[in-house]
Amino acid sequence: MNFPLVTSEGFILGMSALAAALVMGVALAIGIGQGLIGMKAVEGVSRQPEAKSDILQTMVVGQAVTETTGIFAFIIAIVLVLANPLIGMLG
Amino acid sequence: MHSTDHLGPRIIMSIFDGKIMITETVFFALIVAAAMIVFALISTRKLERDPKGIQLIAEIIVDLIYKMTASIIPKKNVEGYAPYIGTLFIFCMLANATGLLGFRPVTSDVNTAFALSIVTFFVIQGSSIYSHGFLGWIKHYGDPYPFMAPIMIIKDISLPISLAFRLFGNITGGMIIMAFLFKALHSATDGLGITIPFLHYMIPLPANLFFDVFEPVLQSFIFTTLTMAFVSMQLAVHEDH
Repeated sequence: MNFPLVTSEGFILGMSALAAALVMGVALAIGIGQGLIGMKAVEGVSRQPEAKSDILQTMVVGQAVTETTGIFAFIIAIVLVLANPLIGMLG
Repeated sequence: MHSTDHLGPRIIMSIFDGKIMITETVFFALIVAAAMIVFALISTRKLERDPKGIQLIAEIIVDLIYKMTASIIPKKNVEGYAPYIGTLFIFCMLANATGLLGFRPVTSDVNTAFALSIVTFFVIQGSSIYSHGFLGWIKHYGDPYPFMAPIMIIKDISLPISLAFRLFGNITGGMIIMAFLFKALHSATDGLGITIPFLHYMIPLPANLFFDVFEPVLQSFIFTTLTMAFVSMQLAVHEDH
């Protein structure tokens, strides 16, 4: 058995993959949030069918703003997986 | 198709030893802009009182854009903002949809997304100066209390960043998923050991429909709606005083 078992690059890449998987866990929260927005929009439409287009527009914009957190998480995830900056810090 | 080994856009042309380069996204952005200009020139070449053909299409587009702008921006400013909003919407939509032709979507380059959002940032600040006056614009940073000025500045600067990353992230996510899908179908073809591509036509179609048709329209709609919302916020403050 030769030590170390894992090279520094291998350790960093493995941990980065794990971190990318964990950071995408925000998808859960986004799903819940967008679902809540959709639920309220459906309630609004059923209460006031004539305001459907306004409600739909507000709902889409609200969902987009909700999604921003997930997009930031996604960008961190793709940077960790496809363009890892930590490997360069090994020196 | 797009490859997953290389994240950034490919460089297709470079001059001065690679100091100045043209990437594929810049190239397609220029093509989209040229297509828009050519369409505008052709459709307004022979204007008639009873529109027909290409002039009718152009009038429908302009009418829709004015209606969309009027739904958020105050009535008296619609004339001024509708051309910018319309250009932004159409360019954004066509630029997002270049993935449909098998190329890299233009807005999956973070530079394009930031260019669009920085222009929007200047439009928002410009309308703020236009409605408050220059001194009023400086004064509104210390509006409730002067010590809140850093927070107001951070609020203003975070807006283009979140706009740009929202557009870039959505389109890039779609592009990466499409690239993985094609890679998986290639591996399936190789694994089965057949020469005919295995279901390359049917399986990507719904994904194409979502990522290259629905998502571009939705994202450009959201981009323009948020732009209009922030612009009208700056204009509406003026009416209260």
